[in-house]
Amino acid sequence: MIDFVGDVVAWFLDPVNWVGSGGIVSRTWEHVQISAFSTVAAAAVALPPAIWMGHRRRGGIVAVAVVNIGRAVPSFAIIALALPISIRLGLGLGFWPTFLALFALALPPMFTNTYTGIAEVDPALVEAARGMGMTETQITTRVEIPVAAPVIVTAIRVSAVQVVATATLAALVAWGGLGRFIIDGFAIQDNVMVFAGGLLVAGLAIATELAFAAFERRFVPTTTGRSAGEELLVDVTVAPQHG
Amino acid sequence: MIELTEVTKRFGGTTAPAVDRLTLTVADGEVVVLVGPSGCGKTTTLKMINRLIEPTSGTISIDGVDVTGLEPHELRRGIGYVIQQIGLFPHRTVRENIATVPRLLGWDRARIERRVRELAETTDLGDDMLDRYPSELSGGQRQRVGVARALAADPPILLMDEPFGAVDPIVRAKLQDELLELQRRLRKTIVLVTHDIDEAIKLGDRVAILSVGGHLEQYAPPEELLRAPANDFVADFLGSDRGIKRLSLIRIADIDLEPGPVVPPGTDVDRARAVMAGYDTDWVAVVDGDRMLGWVTNDGLDGRSTIDGVDLEPFVTRLTPNNTLEEALDAAISSHTAIAAVFDGERFLGMITVERISREIVR
Repeated sequence: MIDFVGDVVAWFLDPVNWVGSGGIVSRTWEHVQISAFSTVAAAAVALPPAIWMGHRRRGGIVAVAVVNIGRAVPSFAIIALALPISIRLGLGLGFWPTFLALFALALPPMFTNTYTGIAEVDPALVEAARGMGMTETQITTRVEIPVAAPVIVTAIRVSAVQVVATATLAALVAWGGLGRFIIDGFAIQDNVMVFAGGLLVAGLAIATELAFAAFERRFVPTTTGRSAGEELLVDVTVAPQHG
Repeated sequence: MIELTEVTKRFGGTTAPAVDRLTLTVADGEVVVLVGPSGCGKTTTLKMINRLIEPTSGTISIDGVDVTGLEPHELRRGIGYVIQQIGLFPHRTVRENIATVPRLLGWDRARIERRVRELAETTDLGDDMLDRYPSELSGGQRQRVGVARALAADPPILLMDEPFGAVDPIVRAKLQDELLELQRRLRKTIVLVTHDIDEAIKLGDRVAILSVGGHLEQYAPPEELLRAPANDFVADFLGSDRGIKRLSLIRIADIDLEPGPVVPPGTDVDRARAVMAGYDTDWVAVVDGDRMLGWVTNDGLDGRSTIDGVDLEPFVTRLTPNNTLEEALDAAISSHTAIAAVFDGERFLGMITVERISREIVR
């Protein structure tokens, strides 16, 4: 056991494992890239309609149900389904199938929580805002979004962390990312490399969590003493299917 | 001036109107209270004035301009709006909350800051309060911020929907007094909705009593409502104690005073005792012209021939013409002789008796 820990430490200390196209630095960068791209794309697709429906306070329940169908399909299955199509369309092996799986993973919690967060903004605030002469757009941008911001940011954080964990799958379909260490290590029966890969994925997921926490502290409007984000968050935490 | 003409509101899916052909005029600088049981359409009526609810038919105009001819948000920026839940923005400080409408109107920073400070002063909010968040304020303070925010752009009209419904009775009474004091200085045109008839009587220059379905049962000054309710519904709604309630609306100056058991200096004791008997009291007061010298009990006159030279007691409870009959009743009852003296400064005006007050109740 001590030997194993020593081997893992040695692996991390070996500069060879850090540099080059297969090194930790470039693999981490690949991992971050596909995770960020998927999360941002899912946010861009999920948030505007969720905010709009939340503002109107209707239609959302049906939309939430539809969106959550996506969650029923495992990420691994999405990759398997998307792979042949991606190849046929000439889009290559790894990136797009993985992107699709991560996009589908990230979208439902962001949509659901954003819709709920906006729709559950105290109706009295909205009435006061409207009664004072805010336009519907101003009500949304100046009242609903800031008040629901903790819930929205929390939803994005939950999605992002899940995406980072699941992006490990990219390695299965010949793309990069930190999953490479796990898959390749498994293939050559290098347990140290598998373990190190696992540590790196876990570390990146935790770093993502911390980065969002810092962002929330810095940018989410304070109301002093209230933690609306924690109160309102609908439970979207599903057990990670992989990684 | 706000004019509602034949205003009807039917909500979708219902046949009975929430407000039925309501015609009502609110004069400039007047406080009009809409009051009635739940379902009487009072809040609906209020919200039709600033178009949070659109009437099904009829017209609403402000200073002769039909409100439906204006963009709703433009209209609302010119009308202060206060609701029961207040609806302060939790992510904004008190300062930012108050500055809401001026910011919407695009005022410059310096002008907004000046106005915010002015309002903090007007509504009795300390400067140190301005940087706090709403969650750090008491219920009464929040309500004051709500009023300050509604007044920020100095709108001529203020709509208030159960503004004091969410605070405890003591704070409510204080906030009501503050509103009256504010109104005395600002002379806004205020339409206020409440289900509390006592609040309506206290605050309204005129009170509109509505019954379920938005029927206007009576629209009159509180004193008139209490004195001459138009029908059984109004009388019931005012309560069986409406005579007593009315006392708080009548000032002593409004009624004729009696001289009371008083005699001039030099009056002989037999004459003084006859005056006491006339008022059925066991004391008599000595008045020189309009100067009250004091009073003495029947026993204090024993062994005397005239009233001069006896030890006179001063009146402790002194009413003024500005006191209400409610206050006079309280003073008269607690004086145990059922009479209280009224003064204008040092000048003695006369006495007021419980009997005289009760004549006002039954009138």
